[in-house]
Amino acid sequence: MNLTLIDGVIIVAYLIFTVSVGWVLKRYTRTSKDFFQAGRALPAWVCGLAFISANLGAQEVVGMAASGAKYGIATSHFYWIGAVPAMVFVGLFMMPFYYGSRARSVPEYLRLRFDEKTRALNAISFAIMTVFSSGISMYAMARLLQSLHVLDFALDRFHLPADRVFDLSVILSALIVLAYVLLGGLISAIYNEVLQFFLIVAGFMPLVFLGLKNIGGWQGLVERLPRGYTHAWQGLGHPPTNPLGVEWFGLVMGLGFVLSFGYWCTDFLVVQRAMAADSMEAARRTPLIASIPKMLFPFLVILPGLIAIALPNQPARQAPRSGERAAMAISSPLGQGIIPAKVDEKTGRPELDADGRPVLDYDLAVPNMLLHYFPAGLLGLGLVALLASFMSGMAGNVTAFNTVWTYDIYQSYIRANASDAHYLWMGRMATVFGVALSVVTAYFAVRFNNIMDVLQLVFAFVNAPLFATFLLGMFWKRATGHGAFSGLLLGTSAAALHQGLTLPGGAEAGLKGGWLGAVVHQYPSQMAQNFWTAIFAWTVCFIGTIGVSLVTRPREEKELVGLVYSLTERISQKHQVWYKRPATLGISVLLLAAVLNWVFW
Amino acid sequence: MRLDVRLPIGLLFSFLGLVLTVFGLFSDPEIYRVSLGINVNLTWGIVLLGFGLVMLFFGLKRRAS
Repeated sequence: MNLTLIDGVIIVAYLIFTVSVGWVLKRYTRTSKDFFQAGRALPAWVCGLAFISANLGAQEVVGMAASGAKYGIATSHFYWIGAVPAMVFVGLFMMPFYYGSRARSVPEYLRLRFDEKTRALNAISFAIMTVFSSGISMYAMARLLQSLHVLDFALDRFHLPADRVFDLSVILSALIVLAYVLLGGLISAIYNEVLQFFLIVAGFMPLVFLGLKNIGGWQGLVERLPRGYTHAWQGLGHPPTNPLGVEWFGLVMGLGFVLSFGYWCTDFLVVQRAMAADSMEAARRTPLIASIPKMLFPFLVILPGLIAIALPNQPARQAPRSGERAAMAISSPLGQGIIPAKVDEKTGRPELDADGRPVLDYDLAVPNMLLHYFPAGLLGLGLVALLASFMSGMAGNVTAFNTVWTYDIYQSYIRANASDAHYLWMGRMATVFGVALSVVTAYFAVRFNNIMDVLQLVFAFVNAPLFATFLLGMFWKRATGHGAFSGLLLGTSAAALHQGLTLPGGAEAGLKGGWLGAVVHQYPSQMAQNFWTAIFAWTVCFIGTIGVSLVTRPREEKELVGLVYSLTERISQKHQVWYKRPATLGISVLLLAAVLNWVFW
Repeated sequence: MRLDVRLPIGLLFSFLGLVLTVFGLFSDPEIYRVSLGINVNLTWGIVLLGFGLVMLFFGLKRRAS
């Protein structure tokens, strides 16, 4: 299948449009408040869609289909348990403090509530992480475009060798994201995220429709797959009886509580979108509105993975040689469904696991589905949906980075009393700088894959305890700055210690654990190990913060008004129509999530 | 008054919908073998065009008031 002119027109139209949105919004971006906080003037539904779109990065669209193909419908736990409850919580209980305090960012809230050092710890680790993630996003996109050979024709036209696809896509995506964030700041990023949200839906809906129709509907899918694939909860009593290799307690506490609340409630990448809302009510509704499409996303992103693995094996076709102007589904005789086996780049032979079975390249589930079902025209739209998901994730990281850098690092420690125009300029510089660093990260990832894995592990250790700090900060007025700071350090150390002393079954000591020499416990799967690392980190941080707080001097209560639950006046919902009240919305969302869990039990 | 987000969404989707619809009308039926014989460009193009126009309508209405 060739990528034709029509696909090119659609892709180019999308790219031009993205930058134009930034161009039009440029004239509304005059102050630093416009640039970093979108003027705090956006309606709830816009913020809500941006809220999930910013999270819909590469890891989401490609990764969730991949784990759908690998684990089945149990992947939906990452949505129904691992996102929805936390989104309801942040909207109902935490947004009043984020939005209501004078804080302009999440680290700044920590400064107001605790102290300077806690903010510094959070701001610096967060800034590094965002640059890193946007670089990884860039890398993933470039690798994908490279393996699909969809841009080869463009290079061919300019007589460039096809192996420059990686460079082309890194540079192109960097320039586009840079252009629209630089021009319009956060509002431009948010508008594009809303646009991208609709594009992702528009690109994936026909895919799911065609796939399901082809395979005989949900019933046909169930018949073609092993039983464990189409049930989310069955077999979760014991790790060996479910594809995730986790027991229900580890899943609910580790994923559903620690990891999920740690991300949705404290990560400035998403919280920034809600803080851009035009009123407290809108800010509280933002995550609640976002949770509705989030809840339905499994049907859009996980189902393609399930269909890809359930289809009959495809006859082997020759993978397109570089230079050939063909974009076709990559297939191999050892694959399953339309998911090919991984090929060792050095030997050219399929990779085999410990049992001698071929390792499947699950990340190709979605791209292969697009190439399998979409004719010219719709294929362009499908690729736009992929590009949109990568770019929204990247832009989300870039805007979070420039805000934290400017407000929490530059204004706090480098130059405190400059003019607003100066900080606006700094924000733009930080954007350029952040994107440049992401490009460096993307190339770094090509050369030093192992170092990237180590970094990712370190970030997981840093993130795991965060929610304990925020929970105590918001709901326990006795918590002190020294307590929070030492709790975070203790929690991170506990995560490292736990990971270093345990190992998932079958793995060798190294990055996957056991690097402290002794292996105290073997987990049935890496996922179980990750969840339990998070549970340990959270618990140690929680206890450590309480312990140190009790022996250090608390802050005066009057300083904590608006920052702590018990000292802040409740927001009355009486003046709102009942169906617009956050509580009503929150409860309905939770009920709906419960129904979905029951249906796919 | 800043730009209503529905305007750019409406514009892009109307454009994409129109391109797909027109392409669907004039394309070779042979290319729809992959999509189970359904002319997905035409049908989905019309849906996207409709969505784009609705977005444009509400965006412009808001602007007029």
